[in-house]
Amino acid sequence: MVASCFLRKCLTALAGLLLLSFGSLAASQIEDQTEQFFRSGHTNNWAVLVCTSRFWFNYRHVANTLSVYRSVKRLGIPDSHIVLMLADDMACNPRNPKPATVFSHKNMELNVYGDDVEVDYRSYEVTVENFLRVLTGRIPPSTPRSKRLLSDDRSNILIYMTGHGGNGFLKFQDSEEITNIELADAFEQMWQKRRYNELLFIIDTCQGASMYERFYSPNIMALASSQVGEDSLSHQPDPAIGVHLMDRYTFYVLEFLEEINPASQTNMNDLFQVCPKSLCVSTPGHRTDLFQRDPKNVLITDFFGSVRKVEITTETIRLQPDLGNMESRYKKEWMDEELMEPLKYAEQLPVAQIIHQEVTGHQMLARW
Amino acid sequence: MAAPGAAATDLEVVRGKRAALFFAAVAIVLGLPLWWKTTETYRAPLPYSEISGLNALQLRLMVPVTVVFTRESVPSDAQEKLPFTVVHEREIPLKFVTISQSGSFGWTSLISTGMWTYFRNSPPVIFGIQFLYDKMKIKCRFQKAYRRALDHEEEALSLGSMQEAETMLAEPQEQAEGSLTVYVIPEHSSLLPQDMMSYIGPERTAVVRGIMHREAFNIVGRRVIQVAQAMSLTEDVLAAALADHLPEDKWSSDKRRPLKSSLGYEITFSLLNPDPKSHDVHWDIEGAVRRYVQPFLSALSAAGNFSVDSQILYYAVLGVNPRFDPASSSYYLAAHSLPHVINPVESRLGSSAASLYPVLNFLLYVPELAHSPLYIQDKDGAPVATNAFHSPRWGGIMVYNVDPKAYNASKLPVRVEVDMEQVMEVFLAQLRLLFGIAQPQLPVKCLFSGPKSEGLTTWELDRLLWARSVENLATATTTLTSLAQLLGKISNIVIKDDVASEVYRAVAAVQKAAEELASGHLASAFTASQEAVTSSERAFFDPSLLHLLYFPDDQKFAIYIPLFLPMAVPILLSLVKIFLETRKSWKKPEKID
Repeated sequence: MVASCFLRKCLTALAGLLLLSFGSLAASQIEDQTEQFFRSGHTNNWAVLVCTSRFWFNYRHVANTLSVYRSVKRLGIPDSHIVLMLADDMACNPRNPKPATVFSHKNMELNVYGDDVEVDYRSYEVTVENFLRVLTGRIPPSTPRSKRLLSDDRSNILIYMTGHGGNGFLKFQDSEEITNIELADAFEQMWQKRRYNELLFIIDTCQGASMYERFYSPNIMALASSQVGEDSLSHQPDPAIGVHLMDRYTFYVLEFLEEINPASQTNMNDLFQVCPKSLCVSTPGHRTDLFQRDPKNVLITDFFGSVRKVEITTETIRLQPDLGNMESRYKKEWMDEELMEPLKYAEQLPVAQIIHQEVTGHQMLARW
Repeated sequence: MAAPGAAATDLEVVRGKRAALFFAAVAIVLGLPLWWKTTETYRAPLPYSEISGLNALQLRLMVPVTVVFTRESVPSDAQEKLPFTVVHEREIPLKFVTISQSGSFGWTSLISTGMWTYFRNSPPVIFGIQFLYDKMKIKCRFQKAYRRALDHEEEALSLGSMQEAETMLAEPQEQAEGSLTVYVIPEHSSLLPQDMMSYIGPERTAVVRGIMHREAFNIVGRRVIQVAQAMSLTEDVLAAALADHLPEDKWSSDKRRPLKSSLGYEITFSLLNPDPKSHDVHWDIEGAVRRYVQPFLSALSAAGNFSVDSQILYYAVLGVNPRFDPASSSYYLAAHSLPHVINPVESRLGSSAASLYPVLNFLLYVPELAHSPLYIQDKDGAPVATNAFHSPRWGGIMVYNVDPKAYNASKLPVRVEVDMEQVMEVFLAQLRLLFGIAQPQLPVKCLFSGPKSEGLTTWELDRLLWARSVENLATATTTLTSLAQLLGKISNIVIKDDVASEVYRAVAAVQKAAEELASGHLASAFTASQEAVTSSERAFFDPSLLHLLYFPDDQKFAIYIPLFLPMAVPILLSLVKIFLETRKSWKKPEKID
């Protein structure tokens, strides 16, 4: 009786142990598998951040774009890989009571303008034509490198647009519009030339969902702040500055992004939940049917951050040491010593000749 | 009285009818075509049929191999048959190699791996190549020209050591790019060590042992092919070149991610000194570049223009805090934190302002006194010998630890002379890896002499040029095809004449490059492929192609209606009236009847 009980216990323990070891082995294998399968195939990240409205009362659009810029920079994308287009200058606007700042939270809690903002397209350069040229790469040859989107087929691109929009269009600079069909065609041209690996398109305007309805190129994921027929609302006015500081959707996105660090594993499904209708009043929408991977396997840092793939260098090549080394080293030391004498500027002005008549008497004075 | 009045109104009515008809005729016959012609987008004619023909292009890569037989290397009756030419052709299974190296799962990949190992030594190849929507096929053709050895070659190959033989053989002729010469020495010659069957030299020469056998030519031919493959074209070379064009495999190893082919490259060497108070670092970068880097780059000069610059950055820290390892009392950077090192540093490098060519950054980091010595650990926790890591398509970082003996006597800041040879060994190795010049896969029992003093053998350069030519052709073909597809899909793109001429030039260059590759002229094929890529990119990215005139249908109506409606309505109404009256006048005679 006791023996059989003991035996049964032994067997169950053994079975449990086997199961555990098998499970852990399988789990580690599965982990390797999942790591390999769900890793995105990108090697670099780009971001195109566009604010399309001008005038002081559209302060919130500039603040929206700058807060996304700030998050993207904090998570690692360098300025050389960010194309920032701001249609108006709010920080140095004459109506700004706090010059050189752009706040996103009231009571001046967070200055998103910071110290090192690099705006690539500013004020009147933000046009539909320039935006499409940046996306498709059809830029005149004289354009400087910082104004180009030099992405390749392994780049993940984040495109953020904000401003005033309507059903099927987005207004640029109060004078022209970009339609959703033009945008879809621009993305198709990017896809044909393999200028992106995956694209995340975020738009914060009224009726934003209409802008992503017409996309037809693969590997695009889109988020919008409101559905067709709804308006996106702004968040909070600041009495000191006198305008609304941020839009609701981007405000909550910024809060969400502030908790992400370069090593975090948060995925896109969490981003879809940001700003539910109770907070945002409009219903944010998203579109993932063109995207190949499952959104829950897409990390936020795949688009907002820039994690490089690195490899350890394990090999070296054999170089022959240069025998002329010693001589050159001596020569260099000798040259260094020569230069130890204090250096002085060359005579800048022939002062003595200018003040010709006073040369004799006041020579010392002239030659300070 | 009424009659002339009636006749007058009749005349007027007739005139009115004629006028209306005339207006309508002018509007329809002249106006409509004129409007159509002036509002169509200008498209210069493009060679669409030739572009679609490029898709089905059969690329043949020919490697001319000269096989030189010395006396006694093969039986004399076999020697009677010399000289003749043998061609060995096989199709390259590009898709296959990517499966085996990525370790992906699934039954098809298991079967393919199994079948490859079984068929390792035999040419039959199971898989064809599919490329996205392009059906580009690649055939590799080794054209072996067998001949007898000349006198000076016999003499050279009977010398004692390999080096002497090589110096003697190298004198008379210069080998063309892409071609190889294989010398067959007697079976028991002492030129090679006893157990080695073949030898691969740093120039385009190799040595293989002959055999006294009936089937001498076949056996020797197979050995020659093995050696020639190692020195020129193997599947991984081409697969790496075409990695961006093959459909799947996003999760294949990133090791095979060499730099994309470009007309030129910019190489920047940066010295990062985060602690100038403690270390006064000097590096003789100009001398090092002159001694070590320039020879390497001039050996590579066929692959593009290179420009080198250097800078020193003070107070530049890495983005990651190193951890302290009490066991070795040193600091270390774990392997998983390495990806986060590059980003904070990159913004200070200033590489983006330099040029439009891709930039390769090589950073030498001298750690601060508080974090010295600093080692990089690999995944298993062991310190890396080179203390360096690299990132594909970006560059490399090496950590240089100051010799602790330097701190003993002197006060801070300590003068540090960087040992440029050690540094350049690592940087040049990283440069090779970044270019995709991997260690060659040698056949069994093969002796490899090692690279020349520049760090690059000429046949490695040839491999790079083969890979680049194929990559350029693939890029040019996909660019032209996607341009043609775009023009079909979006009707508002304008094609000006100069864009059309670029397209013609690109198509001609692709065809020329394919011809040159098929005839084995590597250098001219490479230049033609570069021209093809530049022309096709220039055509695709021409600023004039941008369609700004997109009019959705409702906007088209909104623009045309105010213009055409006021004109069209009276004409249409008068036409209707004329038609009705004519019909009435036809019916009238019937009625009377």
